Amino acid sequence: MAQHASKHAAFQALTANRLLDGEVVYFTESGTWVEDFAAALVVESAKAQDLLTRATSGDYEAHIIEPYLFEVADGVPVSVREIIRAKGPTIHSHFTKPFSDKSV
Amino acid sequence: MYRYDEFDNEMVSARVAQFRDQVERRLSGELTEDQFKPLRLMNGVYLQLHAYMLRVAIPYGTLSSRQMRMLAHIARKYDRGYGHFTTRQNIQYNWVALERIPDLLEEIASVEMHAIQTSGNCIRNVTADQYAGAIDEEIEDPRIISEIIRQWSSFHPEFSFLPRKFKIAVTGHKNDRAAIKLHDIGIVITRNGEGEVGYEVHVGGGQGRTPFIAKKMTDFVPRNKLLAYLEAVMRVYNMLGRRDNSYKARIKILVHETGADEMRRLIEAEFAKIDASNMLTLPDKEAQRIMAYFAPPAYETALATSDILQAAQSANKDFTHWCATNVVSHSQTGYAIVNISLKPIGGIPGDATDTQMEAIADCAATYSHDEIRVTHEQNLVLPHVRLDDVKAVYDALVPHDLATPNLGLISDSIACPGLDYCNLANARSIPLAQDISTRFADLHRQHDIGELKIKISGCINACGHHHVGHIGILGVDKKGTEFYQITLGGAADENASLGDITGPAFTEDKVVDAIENLVDTYMNIRTSADERFIDTYRRVGMPPFKERLYAD
Repeated sequence: MAQHASKHAAFQALTANRLLDGEVVYFTESGTWVEDFAAALVVESAKAQDLLTRATSGDYEAHIIEPYLFEVADGVPVSVREIIRAKGPTIHSHFTKPFSDKSV
Repeated sequence: MYRYDEFDNEMVSARVAQFRDQVERRLSGELTEDQFKPLRLMNGVYLQLHAYMLRVAIPYGTLSSRQMRMLAHIARKYDRGYGHFTTRQNIQYNWVALERIPDLLEEIASVEMHAIQTSGNCIRNVTADQYAGAIDEEIEDPRIISEIIRQWSSFHPEFSFLPRKFKIAVTGHKNDRAAIKLHDIGIVITRNGEGEVGYEVHVGGGQGRTPFIAKKMTDFVPRNKLLAYLEAVMRVYNMLGRRDNSYKARIKILVHETGADEMRRLIEAEFAKIDASNMLTLPDKEAQRIMAYFAPPAYETALATSDILQAAQSANKDFTHWCATNVVSHSQTGYAIVNISLKPIGGIPGDATDTQMEAIADCAATYSHDEIRVTHEQNLVLPHVRLDDVKAVYDALVPHDLATPNLGLISDSIACPGLDYCNLANARSIPLAQDISTRFADLHRQHDIGELKIKISGCINACGHHHVGHIGILGVDKKGTEFYQITLGGAADENASLGDITGPAFTEDKVVDAIENLVDTYMNIRTSADERFIDTYRRVGMPPFKERLYAD
């Protein structure tokens, strides 16, 4: 599996899959998990582990699985993998998810 | 076809009920993900990038029209209207919700299907030649022994927690369409000097990050001793296979590190013990019982040629091309084997919509004695079609985009799900297969090129069989960007070989050009149209291809 974040990453966000249906979700500033990447909380890498700890404790973790941090730059995920997770498969245009980067 | 007996029914129903309870306990929070994950995997449920994926077993790739209709129904009711046929002759659904999977499993159980042992470190779905029971010069229908192996290996308590997953393939024909030498155990049905049917057994083949061609362990095991022999292989593997490193845990590594001769000695010693106990000697009565399920269908008496077929070919060039590429001789006079390509130009290899599945089920029910086969190359087969009915089948397939005449040609590639779906992938596979198919869309050009098997994997786990592609393509990740490494000279048939890496990997925007360069090179240097790409590569080796590929 591809690395989610390089050690040189300046900014990171937190993602997981939803327990019920496996849908990709992102952790927000208000402590919820949402489908839209644009709502994801992006933090400096120095604070990323604290974010992971907060999000995977107590109720926050109850309805999600396999949370992890990934690198974000210029308001979008850096890796192809995370772009595909945010936008949906590239091979079915009708399965493409609404996507807006965080810089907009 | 095999029909479930009371034990099969009870076993599958009990497993559905058990999994329903496990899902409920997971959703209620009683089970953690760490506790639940091995349980869901034992039931074929993976977590992919966007959703859960469910893999449903299709034993030795054989389906009835009723089962195919159920697969279509599942696609429509529980997924997004399609399914993906895989290289293990199974089907995968990419968008199933966890909470609905128990209901889904209950529905497929009603047509004698399940998802048991489609994941986990156990003996997986046994695969077999897709032309089983239909092809001329077959020694015996490989589904007979495959079914016996299925029954022996299902819930086998000793082999439910192996060092790694374990795959078995069977062929009953000298032309290997089941890639038996790339399996943990590959079985070739053969005859001894007395004319008795038995089995040649190969062990230790596989792909992944360390590919190996299987080593022949024995020339002949009698029918009634095969399970004892397989048990001996499994026992040696279970005892000596590495559990400290998952990358070195497959039996291919054990065979390689132990040596084929020593491995053979260990298996024979274990086999002697099991054989002496007589506990796994297959009773002839039981073999006959299973054999009866695979008796040939009630063929009609027919002539070797069909006026209807010939007239249709005279009137329709497209149909003639399709017949030449996708229709194969049958062992029964007056019948044919019809291959259904799931590789329309620019399409997704192995995908079929609910509507397509229903159209194929209708064809099978009307024209193919109710049988469908799945191939490891991600196509489907109607195994028993009267020559008189071939045109009717074609006419039924055309409106559903199921009559592409490209079997074995450059657009008939294998591709794993890749980074569009897979949690393990480093790069996308399917868009590349689509781009290559589109680049070579001209079917005349494809036919001119001839047999050329392109196989694409999105990571080193090699689910797209890139090691054994005439041209193999492996997706690699370089700092979050997709690159593609090319191999040449692989083959999965009776002359199995592993491909050689051409050199540095290509970026996504360059790889289709690279493939075209390879094809152009081949076309320029082949000695005749009869010399296939793989033949040319074996004759001239890497240099002319490499020279052209990295010329700039």
